Order: sequence, then C-alpha cells, then structure tokens
Amino acid sequence: MNGAEDRPAAARSEGTDRKLADRLQRAALPLAVFVGLMALWEAVVDVLKIPTYLVPAPSAVFLAFIRGFAEAHYLFHALITGAQAVMGFLVGTALCLAIGVLVVVFPTMERIVYPYIVALQTVPKVAIAPLMIVWFGFGIESKIVIVALVSLFPVLVNVIAGLKSIDQDRLDLMSALSASRWQILRYLRFPNALPFIFAGLNTAIVFSVIGAIVGEFVGSNRGLGFLILQANFALDIAAAFALFVVLSIMGVTLHFTLQYIQTRVVFWAESEEFFRH
Amino acid sequence: MLSSNISGPEPAAAGATAAAPSIALEIAHLTMIYARGRTAVHALDEITLSVRDREFVAIVGPSGCGKSTLLKLISGLRLPNRGAIRLYGRAVEGPRKDVGIVFQSPILLAWRTVLENVMLPIDVLGLPQETYRRKAVALLELVGLGGFADMYPQELSGGMQQRAAIARALVYDAPLLLMDEPFGALDAMTREQMNLELQRIWSAQRKTVVFITHSIAEAVFLADRMVVMSPRPGRILKIIDNPMPRARTLDDMLKPEFGELVRQVRGLLGGQAGGEL
Repeated sequence: MNGAEDRPAAARSEGTDRKLADRLQRAALPLAVFVGLMALWEAVVDVLKIPTYLVPAPSAVFLAFIRGFAEAHYLFHALITGAQAVMGFLVGTALCLAIGVLVVVFPTMERIVYPYIVALQTVPKVAIAPLMIVWFGFGIESKIVIVALVSLFPVLVNVIAGLKSIDQDRLDLMSALSASRWQILRYLRFPNALPFIFAGLNTAIVFSVIGAIVGEFVGSNRGLGFLILQANFALDIAAAFALFVVLSIMGVTLHFTLQYIQTRVVFWAESEEFFRH
Repeated sequence: MLSSNISGPEPAAAGATAAAPSIALEIAHLTMIYARGRTAVHALDEITLSVRDREFVAIVGPSGCGKSTLLKLISGLRLPNRGAIRLYGRAVEGPRKDVGIVFQSPILLAWRTVLENVMLPIDVLGLPQETYRRKAVALLELVGLGGFADMYPQELSGGMQQRAAIARALVYDAPLLLMDEPFGALDAMTREQMNLELQRIWSAQRKTVVFITHSIAEAVFLADRMVVMSPRPGRILKIIDNPMPRARTLDDMLKPEFGELVRQVRGLLGGQAGGEL
C-alpha cells in the first residue's frame, strides 16, 4: 500500500538539471521577440522622425531611466509609492480579516455590513480620492486610506467566501469534539480560507499600486505618480516612459513577493484538489 | 509495552463488576424523521438496542436504511424526534467526549501533519499536550503509521489516511468508538487488510465499537453481534450473535459457520440487499 508514490532520489536531482535547461529554452523565444520589438520600435522612430515629445525611442527611455535614478531620486520616490501601496494593502487586508471574522462568527452581521460594502464598491474610488486628501492631508496618510479603499473589496469577498466554504463533514468532525465557534474558526475555517484569501490578495496587490498612483495624482509632492505628472507637464515623455518601467518593475516585484509568501503559507493548496478527490 | 502506553483511563462505567460486563450504550424506541426539501424522510423507526461494554457490534443494512443517521444520533451530532439514547448511564444531549468517531472519509486537515491531525482532538479539548503527544505517537505505531508522523495526509494513500483517522478517534481515551463505513472507499484487498488491523487494534484497546457497514462479510468478520436493518424507515430486523472465536483470520471466512452467518444476514436483507459479499 505504501511505497508506490515514492520517487527515487536520483531521478529527482537529474530532473532539476533538465528543468534548468528547459527553462532557458523556454525563455529564449520571448527574449528574442522582445529584442526584436525594441529594435523595430527604435527603427520606426528613427526612420519616421517621430518627435521625442510624442513617442521616445527605447534608447531615449533607457537613458531617461538611468538619468532618473542617478539625478532625479527615482529610488526615493519609488520607495515612497511602494511604501504607500504596501501599507495601504496591509491596512485594507487587516480590515477585511476583521470584518470577515465578524461576519462569519456572527451571521447577522453579514446582512448589516454587506450593503455598505457593495455601495462603497460601486463608487469609483477616484471620485472620493480628493475628499481623502481634504480629510487626511497631503502626506502619506491619505494615500494609505485610498489604497486601503481600492484594495478592500476583492480581499473581503474572498475572505468571506473562504471562511464560509467548509464541508459539512469537517464541521461534524469539529462538532463531535464540542469545538467552540472560535476553535472552529482557528483550527478549521481560517486555514481552510487561506487559499481563497491569497486569491483576493493577488488582485488587491495590483489594485494597491493603482491606488497609490491615484492618490499621488490627486495631491502630493513626492512619489512616482507625482513624478509622472511632472514629466507630462514638462513634455518629458522619455522620463514618463522610464517611470512606467519603474512602476511595472514595482508591480512585478510585489506580485512575485506575494506569490512566494503564498507558496510558503498555503503549501498544501496544490495537492488539496487531489486530496479531496 | 505498547498497550500500557496506550490504554487510557477506564471508561466512566463506574460500579461495573468484572464478571458481568456493564452496558455501554442503550437505545430505546428511537425514531427519526427529518425534512429533505419538502418531503419528510422517515429515517429510523423504533430502534431499541443495547451494546455491552467492550462489545463489537456491526450494524448492517442496505444503502439509505438510516445507518448513518443512527450513528449521528448516538454521537449527539443530531437529536432524535422520539426515543432516548443513554451512554454509560447518561442521556445523550449533544456531542460528548466519551465518543470517538471514524467517518466515511478520513477528513484529515491538509495543513496539519499526520501527527498534528491525530492531535487535533487534544488541541480542541485542551488536554495536556506532552502526555497525549506520546500517546499519539504510540497510536500511530499501533495503526501502522509509525514512520509517517511528519508527513502530510495528501502524501498518504487512502487506506493510510483512514488509519490516521482511526488513531485520531482513539487518542482522547473515548471508551466508545463509532465507525461509519470507514473502509467503504477502499479497494477490496486494502479493505480486508484494514479489517484485520481493526480487529487487532480493537483487542489491544478494549473499546466498545459500533461499526456501520453495508458489506455483510465485513460485518460477520468483525462483529460479536450483527444488527440487521431494513430499508427506510430503518427498523431492526434481527440481531444475530456471532460465536466465532477470536482472533479471526481471513481464512475463517472460508469456514462453513462463516458462510452460514453470511447466509442468515443475506436472507434477512432479501434479494435487494445492497451488501457485497
């Protein structure tokens, strides 16, 4: 009965070598396409003599990127935007967990709270952003509030869905042990909800960068959003493109950091499907 | 040396003399009707049964005869419409600590190791960790999972998962073990093996077992008495004594007296009985 699933250790280490080779091979084509596209873009801009204030050539963007970090404190501004996004994300997530737990432990709370959440979701957050600046000031606090508002909804929906999606069998197992609501939450509902929660967090982390930029657009004197506005006013389109690159690097970094945390925390999720058969 | 480590405190059957085994479980005039959608399901009708301490009773009947409902009532997970259940002299009014349950599926938690799954009742009931950890390890040894304590359930085969579930039901010293078709999902060969193992575990632990099955052969192989039930509404057709000596072996299944008991049970269940031999 046992031993059938055991993989020989030798085959496994041989497998990692092959995996690396596979990866290189798979990365080669997208990389070639990227280089080709850049070359084409450079050539088109050069041949058609498109002015830099409309579409800058990749080389100009690259120079602006280097200059930005060397002379215009891009790193400082990126850190500000990143910090606002992450802090707002954490505040929003903590809020969602608290609301989710309340809703699940006291089911009547759901009927009371949910309409407000939906109402809040239907209002475009960009519309309330200026008000947040008025209420919470020009500094980092207003951005954190805006980010939290923007990233709240996907997390909340998933927290509630995750905490509620429990098999009757598992509930029976806990009930048979006379487990309290809080014990069921701690030992069963919360770990069970983690894969759902992370699905929400993956959406929210992208929203959080959008929220931070919106906040900076509406009112700030630092951050990447502020720099993008400056670059646009100065018709320094190469700088604006360079800032887009910085933003996307930030987004990708946040995304993969979260994914890494997810595989560590929800290590069982891949096998869950098989496990439940 | 194992058994001294494993045997828990004596069951709450105070005042029982060694010569006359006391009654562990008394069921009187139990009737259960519940609503499924708009129709009323008459699941159980006038069930009266008593089980002696340390007895192994199998309840056998066709699918949908209310066997599982009966088990949920004994465990206190559901309450009957009429009738009474007394466990060790006290009426069952809800889930109790003196009952261990093995469900149809193992219901192991994917985020807990095998040992942590076995320890779940200890965590929920707030029993001393140190003492029971030692006991859990010994129990894993007993059910043949000695080397698998730190693996996750999804790394185990179906039979091994159900062994872990048995260890979990045994860990908190409940004198009564309820088993709801625990081997129904296993293949025939694993199932025979598990029946042998269960007999061994039962004689090592001296528990009272109520075992639900729709396999006639399994019931006859394991039980001191077979309670044969009719299709819905579930009634007790007959209770058959099984005098075959312990420890029974798989070869005993070929003996004429075994065949005679099987024939008796099958005769009661009639042509439509769903039990596979």
